[in-house]
Parts: sequence; structure tokens; C-alpha cells
Amino acid sequence: MSSTLPFFPPSASTVASDVDYLYFFILGVSAFFAVLVSVLVLVFAIKYRRNKPEDIGADIHGSLSLELLWTGIPFILAMVMFVWGAQVFFTLSKPPADSMDVFVVGKQWMWKVQHPEGVREINELHVPINRPVRLTMGSEDVIHDFFIPAFRVKMDVVPGKLTTMWFTATKAGEYHIFCAEYCGTKHSGMIGTVTAMEPQDYEAWLAGGRATGSAVQNGERLFSDLSCVTCHKADSTGRGPWLGGVFGSTVTLNDGRKVVADENYLRESIMNPQSKVVQGFQPIMPTFQGMVSEENLLQLIAYVKTLKPAEPAPAPAKK
Amino acid sequence: MSNEASVHEQSYLGAPHGLASWLLTKDHKRIAILYLISITIFFAVGGTFAAMIRAELVTPQGDLLSSDLYNKVFTLHGVIMIFFFLIPSIPATLGNFLLPIMIGAKDLAFPRINLLSWYIYVIGATVTLAAVFNGGVDTGWTFYTPYSSMSSNTSVTTAALGVFITGFSSILTGFNFIVTLHRMRAPGMTWFRLPLFVWAQYATSLVMILGTPVVAITVLLVAAERALHLGIFDPKIGGDPVLFQHLFWFYSHPAVYIMILPAMGVVSELVAAMSRKQIFGYSFVAFSSLAIAIIGFLVWGHHLFVSSQSIYAGLVFSIITMMVAVPSAVKTFNWTATMYKGAISWESPTFWIFGFMGLFLVGGLTGLFLGAMGLDIHLTDTYFVVAHFHYIMVGGGVMGFLGGLHFWWPKMTGKMYNETAGKIAAMLVFFGFNATFFPQFIVGYMGMPRRYHAYPPEFQFFNVLSSAGAVLLGIGYTMIVIYLIYSLIKGPKAPANPWGATGLEWKIPSPPITHNFSEMPVVTEEAYDYQHAPAPQRGVK
Ligand code: HEC
Ligand SMILES: [Cu+2]
Ligand SMILES: [Cu+2]
Repeated sequence: MSSTLPFFPPSASTVASDVDYLYFFILGVSAFFAVLVSVLVLVFAIKYRRNKPEDIGADIHGSLSLELLWTGIPFILAMVMFVWGAQVFFTLSKPPADSMDVFVVGKQWMWKVQHPEGVREINELHVPINRPVRLTMGSEDVIHDFFIPAFRVKMDVVPGKLTTMWFTATKAGEYHIFCAEYCGTKHSGMIGTVTAMEPQDYEAWLAGGRATGSAVQNGERLFSDLSCVTCHKADSTGRGPWLGGVFGSTVTLNDGRKVVADENYLRESIMNPQSKVVQGFQPIMPTFQGMVSEENLLQLIAYVKTLKPAEPAPAPAKK
Repeated sequence: MSNEASVHEQSYLGAPHGLASWLLTKDHKRIAILYLISITIFFAVGGTFAAMIRAELVTPQGDLLSSDLYNKVFTLHGVIMIFFFLIPSIPATLGNFLLPIMIGAKDLAFPRINLLSWYIYVIGATVTLAAVFNGGVDTGWTFYTPYSSMSSNTSVTTAALGVFITGFSSILTGFNFIVTLHRMRAPGMTWFRLPLFVWAQYATSLVMILGTPVVAITVLLVAAERALHLGIFDPKIGGDPVLFQHLFWFYSHPAVYIMILPAMGVVSELVAAMSRKQIFGYSFVAFSSLAIAIIGFLVWGHHLFVSSQSIYAGLVFSIITMMVAVPSAVKTFNWTATMYKGAISWESPTFWIFGFMGLFLVGGLTGLFLGAMGLDIHLTDTYFVVAHFHYIMVGGGVMGFLGGLHFWWPKMTGKMYNETAGKIAAMLVFFGFNATFFPQFIVGYMGMPRRYHAYPPEFQFFNVLSSAGAVLLGIGYTMIVIYLIYSLIKGPKAPANPWGATGLEWKIPSPPITHNFSEMPVVTEEAYDYQHAPAPQRGVK
């Protein structure tokens, strides 16, 4: 672990210092008020200590201007904290467009990681520094949470949907991965290590890794093994729609709703096809719930995302 | 007829005698004592589990308990402390005892329902203890799905049932308080002459009756999903696990206010009485209680910032959360201002107020860290959160409860406890508490997740500090039990008004007679009229 203060986590991502500044700001404001109130209480307790048991205090009932003052100041400070906190949160929830994609699957009690090039690891995550990395995460059983304190990022990994988080590591080194959502017996054993590496070291590491086909290649294989391809054909002669260009587009459903096809939509279309049926099609797609693992699902999605829209069909020759 | 009247002129403790007379009592004061005994037992049980946790965490390896046992221990610590100690603590004991007296009533509106609420509590507690002996439960007190509904193979159903049942006891208490306050105030006791403790109980009761049904149904749904595979929370059978979190926190965030609002009410009473001065800004303190209760219902989503909830929902929850800070700040400043130019006696209740103020300040201010979304991402589910809510619920809630207990003990029991012991205990608890929980803020920011049975070695230093502090804290709490019980046996008789406080409860003998007042009181002055307060009936040390 990279050396830092013994009572402060290493700061090893682009957002870490944003989070730390906000922390120190709130810490400063809090310390000010804690000291202010404590000192006042102690000073009053000493200065106005009762001499005779029957003594009474001054006849004061309150003061509207003071009430307004100590309603107003905390309110303004709280709003500053809110806006600042929201700003950091937005940065944390919007991955840059050029992020490198890594897939993570949580299961009781381990983390399975797959790189776009196909290298897999367990309870380890190797990333290059100075390059945004986006994790797309799914769970095979209960809720877990992927937490890297050194990067100040954390996100729940929820069964039944995909969640994402991103970071750009800035300092080479090894840092903790913790599961932060209680998930049963070995929750505290569901930990791992992120290794942030110089880009050339990362390339070397990838080359030395045992790649088992890239995520997209695996997805392509699954696409035919699971016979998705029989219904989803590029020439639109299948019983289902061609999937090229679907990702990121707006899909109209048979009840007239329009939804944006993000990863969670693709996931739902595969696991629970009846819940959102594309307009103009019959609800005949079988569910693949229980047949594809969370990992396979991520590979299928990676593959579907690469498919290109079909060429506009040549005008029918029939007359 | 005349015979019965004379019985009611006697101390509520004396007549009638016998265990049955206690177990079948309809007297709110006796029911308060029944509750006091029950929650003390549960505090001891929950504390024992806490001691096991702190013992395990002295070393980074999970070497004392097995992982499964550790998980059960922290679950039971939470379930017992929250549902069987903290939630009933002030309302069911001090509230039950004082509320009717403070408004000049003979009893609560529904004395039988009051007794029923205690029996329901006991049944709920027994069912939960059955879960403990039937292999325990390991879901955390939060019962998160789908772990609780589909994965855990412990006695979740029984424990959930226990929590479900106990919920009704607080619904009944809240309902009883609200009706009593609307219907049974003595002549002249207008809303704005009510002691602030009563206002706080009113706000708390609102939360109890509006929130508790939701959590009761929610845990029942977990049990139903386990038994019948209904597909409510488990995505494998079509449910939504995050739905549980919404339902759960809809109650459980306001539940924090069930624990802290009554303590705030206690502190308002104590600050005025120990300073012998009118409370500063009465109506602001009163309305801030209501504001906290109401706003508190709209912030539950701050527990879900990393749960995949929509970021726009998160924004709304964050801004409302930040607003709760305001009424809490208003209260703190008003208490401080009450001390200004007061006549402050340094007796033991004052020491408990100091303790409360110090710990509640830290607890409240650290809430700001967690309400700020970008920072919460790093802090949620770490020891920072553990420290924060212990400062609020134990630092604030339990300090307030103990302060109130020390203040009203002479009234409730007719006996004085040892003053020096009271001060030493307050200081031990204050310093022990800080030693236990302050290090957890630091180790939390460093990234130590909560509910970890084993942890990386760099966190050890702070965990050792925590465990050492817990020893002090344990000694402090044990001391209190000992000297309070001793006071019952050997303590000097308490006068009617040892602190020279205002309020109807101090105008009647200690302990009160069964019917509280021998004649109907008529209220003619505002609360905390210390300009005309009687002198304390005991010297100030
Ligand atoms: C029996 C034929 C059939 C098979 C096999 C099938 N699908 Fe489908 N699929 C459909 C039909 C019909 C629709 C459109 C109706 C609907 O939305 O359910 C569809 C819709 C989809 C959509 C949503 C498309 C859009 O335009 O929004 C996706 C994504 C998808 N399928 C992926 C898959 C994958 C991946 C597999 C293999 C694991 C697969 N399908 C297997 C018939 C099939
Ligand atoms: Cu976990
Ligand atoms: Cu909350």
C-alpha cells in the first residue's frame, strides 16, 4: 500500500482530492460550531454558577433576531454543503465517454473481473493510471458493494440490474477493494486489491495474462450458442428485431412507451423479455433467466453493443 | 367508597401490594416502571453483544468468534438496542410516567391500552429472544433483501415477527399520548403552556403512529417472501431488492427521531430547571420538534445514495436532509442561550446535560458529512456511519434518557441517589463514549467498512482504542445501575421538589399518589416561570 499519513487513506484518483476538499470544508465548519457551542456552555456554566440554592436566572424569554440569525446561518451553510456535495456526486456518476470498460460480477463471496481484452481475474483489478475506467457491475446473488477507499468511490452491486461506477487512478500502487454491503458469512472476506499501473506496465500485464477470448468474442459465441441469432438476424428476416444500433437508441414499446436502451434495458430484454416488448413484435422471446450467468450476460451485452445497424433493405423487387 | 379514596391518596408504589397488582396495573406510573425494568434488561443484553463485538475487533484476524457467530452478534446487538431499548426508552418510561402528570391528568386516556402495549412489547421481545435461542439471526438489524428474504438460513422469520409485534406497542403508546394530549389537559393548560418535554413527546408520537405500520408491514413482507416465495424483493422471482430499502428507511430514518426527539425534550426541561431560568425561545424549541418530525419523513433516500436510486431522487433527499440540520441547530443554540445569565447549579443532572450537548453536537454535525452526496459515497457503509449514529442515538438519546432519569428519579422513586456517584458516572460515560466512538470516525474515513469480522491490520490501532473506551463506558453504565438500586434501599427520602423546578410534577409529593393529584390542578402561568419558582428543598453542592 502506498505510504501516506497513518490516519488518512491514500488519495489515488482524480476525484479523491475533490472528495477530500469537501470533507475538510465540512470538518472546518463543524469544528467551528462544536468549539463555539462547547466554549459557550462551559463559560456560562462557570460564570453563572449558582451561589445560593434559591437564586434564579435573569428574566429573559428569547430574541427574535437571534432566532433568525441562528436559523439563517446554518441554513446557508447547509445549502452550500448540499450544492458542493451534489457537484462532486455528479462528477462521480457521469463516466467520461472515452472510459475503458471493465466488467465486475459479485457473488458470495468473491469478485470476478473481466477486462475488455478478455483477461479475467478474481479479487484483483489491474488498471492503467491516467485513464478513466468504467466498471459495469452485476451480482449473482445478494447485494454487494464495490468500494475502493483510495479512489473515494463506492457503488452497490445489485442483483437484477447492472450498476456502473468510474474512476481515473492517478498514482501507481496497490489499494484495497472492500465489499461494503453486508452479504452474509464471509462479507469481510470479500476483499481484493486494485493495482494501478503505468500504462506500459498495464499493456505488458495484459499481454502476459491468460486471455480467454475478449468479452465481445465470448458474447458472439454465446449469441449463437444460445440461438439468439435464429431470431435476431442482420437481414431482419428473424422473428425478432435486428439488434444493431439498438444500444443508446430510443425504443418504442408496444404500449407506446419510449425507453432509452441502456445496459439495464438490454439486461432486462434478455432476462425478462415480457416486461418491455418492442413495438411491432410478438412477445415470443424466451426468458434466459437462470440460463445465462451474470458474467455471460455482461459478455452478451458487450457483443450486442458492437452490432451495427442493418443496411437499409434494398427496395422490394415485387410489383 | 371512602376506603378506595384513601388507597388513592397513598403513594402509587405502596398500594396495593403484590406482584399481581403490578402486572395488572392500569396506573401509567407503574407501567412506566414495568417498562423501565424491561428496557434495562434489554440494554444489558444488547450491551453484552456490544462487548463481544468490541472484544472480537481488538485484533484484525477474526479469531474470537466465527464469522457466522460474529454476524449474529452484531445483528442482535442492533435489533435489541433499537427495537427493545432505544425506541421505547424515553417515551415508554419517562413519557409514560410524566406526560399525564405534566398536563395535570390522572392517567393516560386509555390506561388498559397502555398496559396492553407493555404486554405486546414483552411478547415481541420473547419472540425475538426465541430467534436468538433458535440459532440466531444474521441479517443485520436492517434486514436487507434479498439476503434476508432468500439467502440467509438463520431465524429471520422469527426475528422479523418479533419486530412486527413490538411495533404495535409503540403504535399504541403514540396513539395514547396523542389522544391524552388533546383531551385531558387540565384547565388552563393551553398548548403553549405545555412543558417542552410534552411537545417532544407529541412529535415523537406522530412519528410512531405514522411510521411504525410501514416497517411492520415491510418486515412481514420479508417473512412472507421467505415462506411463500412471493417475489416482492428478490429479483430472481420478479421482485425489487431496492424497494425494501425504501420501505425500510421510510420508517427507520424517522425512528432515529423517535430516539432523539424525546431526549431533546428532556434536555429542554433540564436546562431550564438547572439554570432556574425561562427556556430561551420556547416556541422555536417547540416548533423545531414538529419540524424535525415532519421533515424527518422526507429524507429516507439519503440511505440509498449508492443503491442505484435515481440521482435526481438523490438530490431531493440530500437537500431535505441538509434542512433537518436547521431545527437541530435552533434547539442547540436555544439551550445554550438559556444558560446565559442563568443560575446554574452543578448537580448531577447538569453533568448529563453537558454530556448530551457535547455528544449530540458531534453526532449532528457529522450528519452533514453524510448528507452531502459526494462525500457520502465514500463514507456510507463505513465506520464513519457507525460512529455518527451512535453519537446521535446513544450519545444523544441515551445521555438524554439518563439525564432525565437522574432528574426525575427522586420523583419516581421517592429516593435520592448519591450525588457524587451521579457526577462521576456522567463523566465516565462521556469520556468512555468519546474514546469508543471518536476513533471510528477516523477509521471510517480511512475506509474500514462496517460489519467486518476481520479487517486489514492498519485499522487495528483505532479499533483497540475503541475497545478500550468501551470498557470505560461499560463501567459507567454498570455504576449507574448499582447506585440507583442502592438508592432505593438506602437512599435518603426525596423531597417533593429537590431541584426547585417548575412544572406540575414538582407540586405533588415524591413519589406521587396513585391519582397523581388530590384535587384537579388549575394552571395559571406559562411553563418555566422561574421568576416565581420555589426554592430547592435540598442544598446545592
Ligand atoms: C424465439 C425468438 C427469440 C430468441 C431465441 C431471442 N430473441 Fe430476443 N427478441 C425476440 C423478439 C420477438 C423481440 C421483440 C419483442 C420483445 O421485445 O420481446 C426480442 C427482443 C430482444 C431485445 C430488445 C431489442 C430492441 O430492439 O429493443 C434484445 C436486446 C434481445 N431480444 C436480445 C436477445 C438475446 C441476447 C438473445 C439470446 C440470448 C435473444 N434475444 C433470443 C425474439 C427472440
Ligand atoms: Cu459483502
Ligand atoms: Cu436517515
